[in-house]
Parts: sequence; structure tokens; C-alpha cells
Amino acid sequence: MADADEPEKKRSRVVELTEKMVVDGGNAGTCEWAGRWNHIKKFLERSGPFTHPDFEPSTESLQFILETCKILVIGAGGLGCELLKDLALSGIHNIHVVDMDTIDVSNLNRQFLFRPKDVGRPKANVAADFINIRVPGCSVVPHFKKIQDFDETFYRQFHIIVCGLDSVVARRWMNGMLLSLLVYEDGVLDPGSIIPLIDGGTEGFKGNARVILPGMTACIDCTLELYPPQINFPMCTIASMPRLPEHCIEYVRMLLWPKETPFGDGVALDGDDPKHIQWVYQKSLERAAEFNITGVTYRLTQGVVKRIIPAVASTNAVIAAACATEVFKIASSAYIPLNNYMVFNDVDGLYTYTFEAERKENCSACSQVPLDLHFAPSSKLQELLHYLTESTSLQMKSPAITATVEGKNKTLYLQSVASIEQRTRPNLSKTLKELGLTHGQELAVADVTTPQTLLFRLCFTS
Amino acid sequence: MAATQASKEQKYDRQLRLWGDHGQESLENAHVCLINATATGTEILKNLVLPGIGAFTIVDGHTVSGEDVGNNFFLSNNSIGKNRAQAATELLQELNSDVSGNFVEESPDKLLDNDPEFFHRFTIVIGVHLPESTCLRLGSVLWSASVPFLVCRTYGLIGYMRLAVQEHTVIESHPDNALEDLRLDQPFSELKKHIQSYDLDKMDKKDHSHTPWVIIVAKYLEKWLSEHNCQPPKNYKEKEAFRQIIREGLLKNENGFPEDEENFEEAIKNVNTALNPTKIHSALEDLFNSEQCNNITSQTPTFWVMLRAVKEFVHSEGNGSLPVRGTIPDMIADSQKFINLQNVYREKALQDAAAVSKHVERLLQSVAKPPESICEKDIKLLCKNASFLRVVRCRSLAEEYSVESVNKDEITSSMDSPDSEMVFYLMLRAVDRFYQQHSRYPGVYNYQVEDDISKLKLCVNSLLQEYSLNVNIKDDYIHEFCRYGAAEPHTVAAFLGGCAAQEAIKIVSHQFVPFSNTFIYNAMSQTSATLNL
Repeated sequence: MADADEPEKKRSRVVELTEKMVVDGGNAGTCEWAGRWNHIKKFLERSGPFTHPDFEPSTESLQFILETCKILVIGAGGLGCELLKDLALSGIHNIHVVDMDTIDVSNLNRQFLFRPKDVGRPKANVAADFINIRVPGCSVVPHFKKIQDFDETFYRQFHIIVCGLDSVVARRWMNGMLLSLLVYEDGVLDPGSIIPLIDGGTEGFKGNARVILPGMTACIDCTLELYPPQINFPMCTIASMPRLPEHCIEYVRMLLWPKETPFGDGVALDGDDPKHIQWVYQKSLERAAEFNITGVTYRLTQGVVKRIIPAVASTNAVIAAACATEVFKIASSAYIPLNNYMVFNDVDGLYTYTFEAERKENCSACSQVPLDLHFAPSSKLQELLHYLTESTSLQMKSPAITATVEGKNKTLYLQSVASIEQRTRPNLSKTLKELGLTHGQELAVADVTTPQTLLFRLCFTS
Repeated sequence: MAATQASKEQKYDRQLRLWGDHGQESLENAHVCLINATATGTEILKNLVLPGIGAFTIVDGHTVSGEDVGNNFFLSNNSIGKNRAQAATELLQELNSDVSGNFVEESPDKLLDNDPEFFHRFTIVIGVHLPESTCLRLGSVLWSASVPFLVCRTYGLIGYMRLAVQEHTVIESHPDNALEDLRLDQPFSELKKHIQSYDLDKMDKKDHSHTPWVIIVAKYLEKWLSEHNCQPPKNYKEKEAFRQIIREGLLKNENGFPEDEENFEEAIKNVNTALNPTKIHSALEDLFNSEQCNNITSQTPTFWVMLRAVKEFVHSEGNGSLPVRGTIPDMIADSQKFINLQNVYREKALQDAAAVSKHVERLLQSVAKPPESICEKDIKLLCKNASFLRVVRCRSLAEEYSVESVNKDEITSSMDSPDSEMVFYLMLRAVDRFYQQHSRYPGVYNYQVEDDISKLKLCVNSLLQEYSLNVNIKDDYIHEFCRYGAAEPHTVAAFLGGCAAQEAIKIVSHQFVPFSNTFIYNAMSQTSATLNL
């Protein structure tokens, strides 16, 4: 377990103070003071007409939130920094944060836990340090790791998980992980095995926040169509018919760089290396000049190469706050949580739209029934692979397909290991019948978009 | 220094892609005033300091309490007892060394008594958790001085914002879904000539398949018009027929089956929007007909002089249309055909902008101002955005609060749904009334909650009576607002902080469109509404 290596940060004991106690000036260094939790206590200790039906006002709820409640924050970037602050100031003092990135200067316009001197250091560590100092008594445990470095034993320890990720693949993985933790007894879901997933995303002035109760409400994959796949420019446009400055830049990135290897053989284009970007920029200008295309700038070049998404502090503040409000509602049972998706846009005035995303009956992640794949026995394996990657409901990245053929487990195709890829590549041009597959048989598919293998049922069409 | 400029470009890169270098410049020239460094206030400022606002000044007469530190990231427990403006300035300043932070240890009421012109120096004033009387006093001073005023408060799970600005012009509104300006219904002469240079019937396959869809639609439209008495396809049936004609234009292979020509598919797909008539939408017409546009003096702001010039262009060289925008969407075509087509639009746009410039010059001359007062760049920018110009006008706070001019219709029609966000606006007005009467907010201490419900209800009723509002407010909301005890939970303050900061950026940069004039956020249901009060 990766977690065992990280020492738990020491926490000072929480001292419960009553409302009217007066504290003299010399209490620097302690982590409690009079009135600290006044703003929150009103929601925990008082009944009200809009509270959750299960809510019971009590002075113990604050204790639970401060001492027992354990929350995992995924990502310590634009959303993550805001989330850590919001949770800490809502009384949540047992937080873990996972982030595999280090700090870049372009983060500083919104990731406010970082300073110029922190550039290059791991985000999780710097964020945790900052919060632990600024919010006395709060314990943020950092993990400079990928989410995939942890298994169920790590994730199972949290009451709620909040994501501030910048990738759909990572979201789907997290989604799959929490689904794998669900326990069913005689076909009935054990509610104790549900870990709520609060997910936030932002892009420029747009954002969304959603509450997912795995096994009960719509999951990430149920609404995969809300994340349409990124559109790339057609190759023929890039190779021979550029019209936009972006086409010129993609030409240099995809065709010229591999050909000219300007920084050495096998040296990949690094979007964070200004020398690389400068080279791409110059070559893009040349390409553009050839075709009388204007508009290639250094900023555009960098934006295209790194697929940069514009970002500001304000949108991240809004979405993280909405997510943190939901964490608090669920942790305290004070209010009915968001059901279940809020969209935000402040380009023209301020616009929010809240709706209930519905579960998909045949969701590849959460529906529990093996998905049917309909193909003729004369279809080639390549077509099946194409379906897995291109269909909007699956959008797999590099699926590995295995099946049980004549009693033996057979890898039909696997892309991520070069030797196996080479060995199984001929299978792509074989028909499903030739590969020995039968009607109704199960295919197991593994992919980066899910921590668990998905089962499909092959249905032959005539 | 070159080094600092380069590192600023890097640091602000992600936001420069949204509002550009000129937007950043306007931010860096701005001085924001925040009144009251509560959690809501400091969260707003944080989202202005991080993107590099030029300067901020916090006005706050309060001392830091234990309660303040509990929900505020920019106060620490060793600042308890110190002045709140000073304490918050330290930790906010620390966020960004490009920004200049100042503080005034004074209540806004004192400043209004002794030196109201203190507020005239600011680009925008943000007032947080102001009692009603202070808010109205300050509102009046800022309104007269034409300083934009943004009022914000977090009350329990409710967020509230009110923008008070007389007139805010926006040239770069950056609309999400803008219609293209292709002029296919009324092609200008250079476009006509360019279209004529194509002969679809005589092209080889390569050229035929790489002709821009705009040309294709234009060609077939010409034919249609000549056969239909100069009437373009109008209804679904006719547009379908038109699409079919284009489809028949696909090249056929040796077996007589149509080839796969993506550019023709694009043409068919775009028929609907391509046939949209070029017209000036009513909002812009209203601007053309407004007082500011028609009465140009030496005091008239640049925006209105330029708008008037555009209006004159429309009535002369433009033949009823705005200056051509000059941009076209990407479309399947070979490089040369696309670039040539793009240049036709670009050159026309330059020509039109030059004509508008002439009108600008004339107008400036007529009010004895030098022609350099308005630069070429600004005129071009306005011409490019002519279809998207917006002017936001808010009513003053005085108008909102006055019994004579209260917006009864807006309030009563919203309250037809008794759970609409309007109820929270009314409750906030009621708690302000409570504060006036009892010098405190309802339900701050546990023992007060029960009794304050009936007291608050009296305030609600007197409010509704005073303004003759025939609406019903459910008791549940009165109870809930006592329950809140004027609490300011951090997550609600943070949400509002993000919203308010971006509205302030819109005001300062004149890019994107600010809300008008009241915004309510309900954290219980994660819903919001914009009201016009």
C-alpha cells in the first residue's frame, strides 16, 4: 500500500469551547479559539424547515466533521486549491490530497496556495503545507502520485471523494474505482459501501459540479455524451491543405518534428520547453508563409501544442465552492444534496442550470449487465476494436481484448505492450469466426478509462 | 523590464487567452475598493488579486473577531483584536507581488460623513455586508460620480449581488454562439465578382471537391433566384428543394453514382444558416435610436461617437447593413481557394472600417475634437464586433428602494412561484429592516431563534405593506432566515466571491457582459436567478 509510506501529520487535540467563553489575547499557537465555528454551528445545532429528513441537530456533528470525517481531494490544481481551502474552513480537518503534477508558473494566476518560489515542487505537498499552516488543526496529507497508484484499500477509507481533475479518462477511472467498491448482498446494494463522488470541472468561464452516488445515481459513464471527444483536424488538411494558422502548427508538431528531430533522435516534443516551442513557432511561420496564412503567434503555437485550456481564478472558485457545499451537506446530513448536476456559465451575466442526470440502462460502467456487442461472424476484429474506441458511449482509449477460447484464456489484441501488440496485431485482420469466437461468449476488455475489466457479450448477427 | 514582462506573460497566460493583453492592461490600471473584509469580501479580492488587478484598498472599521478568523482564509488567529482592513490586506497582498494593497481603518459611514469624494478615485467599489442605510448613502455618492458599485452579501445559504452602474458599454462581448456574417443574401460587389470567377461545371474533380461551401451555396442560390423571381428559399419545403438541387450538383462517378464530396455535404448542412437574412437586430436598432447616439457633443464618450459613425455608415455606404465583419469559418477547401475567399471578406471589412473612420472624423470635427481622439484600432474593433455591441444600464439603488419606483411587477410576477429566488431578495430586505429596528440580525444566538421568528415576520409584513406588494411569503422562509443567524458559511462566500470578482473584471475590462441588476444564489438547491429590480 502506497499510503503506508506517508506519515500521518500530527493533529492537535480539538478542544470544545462553548459559545460564550472568552479567550484572552495570548492564544497564538493553539488551534481553537472562541467563536471559531460560529458560522457553521448554526447549521449543525439548529433545526430548520429545509433540512434533510434524516437531520438531527446536535453538538456532536461538529465533532464528527472536525475529528472523524475523512475526505479525499483528487487534484491540487485550480479546483484542488480552492477545495482544500473550502473544506478546511468548513471544519473538515482530515483531508488527503492526490496530485501527480509539479507547479508551473502558469498555475500561479489561480492556484493560490503556490508562490513563484514553489515552481517545480509537487503540488500536493506545497498545497498541504500551506493549508496546514494557515488553518490550525487541519491535517492535509499529500500524495505526490497518480490516482492509479492506489487500490481499493486506499480509497475505501474515505467518507466522500471530491474530484478537481482536468481529464475525462481520470474521472472515468475514479468512477470505476468507486463502483468496484460497491457490495451487493443478494442483489441488494449495501448503502454502507457507497462512497459519494463529487465531481467538478471548469473551462474558461464555464463549469459544472455534480454529485454521484455510485450504484444509485447517474455515474460519469452514464453521461459520457456530455463530454464529446476532442475533434482533431483531418490529416489531409494538415498535410496538404492548411487554411488556418492552427493547421500549420499541427503540421509542424505531427509531421515535421518527427522528420527533422531538431533536438536529437527520439527526443519528443516537450510543450513545456520554450526552446521546443520556439522551434515549432518558427517552422509554423514558414509553413504559413507558404500558403499565405496569417495569424501564427507564439501564444497560439503553445496553445495548440499543449492543448491549453484557458483558465481563471473566478470560475474555479465558483465550482469548487459548489462542490464543497455538497461535501458539507452530505457529511453533516444538514440538507438534501444536489440532485445531481449543475452547470455554470458567466460569459453573459451569470447562468446556472440544475438538472437530474439520468442513469443509462446499459451504462458500460455501472449497469452491471454485460453489454451486448452485435457483429457478424465475418466481421474483422479491427471493426470491433474501432467500435470500442469510437462509440460515444464507450470512448475507450486503447482497449485490450481477451476471451476464453476452447477453455483457454486468449489475448485477442493488446496495444500497450509492444511485444504483445506485435504478436496480436495479425488478429485484427482476422474475422471473429476465424478467431474461434462463438455467439453469446464473453469478452473481457481492459482500458485506462476503468480500473476494472469490463465484460461484453458477443452476439452474432447473421 | 523585459524580464518581468515575460514572466507576467507566463504567469497570466491562461487568462490572457480569455481577455487578451488589452484586457489585462485595463485590469492592471484599475483600483478596486472593498468595503468590509469579511470572508465574502476577501474571497472577492483574492479572485481579483490573483489575475493582477492594479491596486486594491480595503475600507473596514471593524476589529478581527474569533468568528471572523473561523471562516476567512485571509485572517489568522493572531490578528484577533487588530483592525480587519489591515490584517486582511497583509495576507491578500502576499498572493501577488504585482498588486498594490492598501487599507483604511475607517468605517464607510465615517468616510461618507467626512470625505465622500474619497470614493471617486476608484474604478469600482465593492460593498460587502453593508447595512441598508450605509448602502444607500454610498450608492448615491457613487451614482453621482459614475463609479460602478457592486453590492454583495452572503446570508446563511443565500448569496446576493447587486450591480449599480448607469451605463456600461461593451464592444467585446465574446458571444458563445455567433452567427457568421457571410452576406449570401446580399453579396457585395467584390464577393459577387469572386463568386463569378468560379464555374462549377468546368472544374476538374480536385477543384470541384475543394471549392468552399460558401461558393457552392452562392452559385446555386444565383440560379434559384433567377428561376424564382428573385425570391430566396423561405420555408422548409423550399429549403429542402434547394438542398436537393445542391445534392444533384455532386459529381458522378463512372457508374453514375454521386461521388463523396465533403464540401458539398458542408454546403447542404449549412443551407439553413447561410440563408439567414443579413439584418440588424432590434437591440442594436435601439442603440442607434438612443439619446446618446443621436446627440453627439464634445463630452460624448468614444463608444457613442463610434456607434453614431456606424449608424451613418449603415444609412449610406452600408446600404442598410453593418460593416462587414471580415471573418469566415473554416471550411473544406484547398488552401488557395479558402485564403482567396477569406481575403475578399477581409478586404471588404477594411474598406467598411475605413468608411466608418471617415464618419468618425467628421463627427469629431463637428464637436471641435482632433481626429486622433479615437484611434483606428478601436474603430476596427468596434466594426468587427458591430453585431455584438451591448449596453448595460442598471437602475440606481435609490430607484429600487423608493416606494414610487419599486419594480412591483417584477416582484409580484416572480412570486407567482412562491419558492422562486425572489423570496430570498424579500427576506434580505426584511432582515435589513429587522436590523434597523433591533440593531442586530435575527437569530444570532440560539436562544433568540424562536422569538425572532415572530419579530421577523412583523418586519416582512411591514415591508410588503410599505411597498404595497400583494405577495405571500411562506413561514418556512422566515424560520430559515432566523435559523441562519446572519451566518456567513465559507463555501457560500467563496461561490459569491468567484461570481462577484468576474463581474468586477467585466466592468473594468469592458469585455463580456455584466449581469443586470440583481443576482441571487441559493446554495440549498444550487440554483440561481437574475432579477431586475
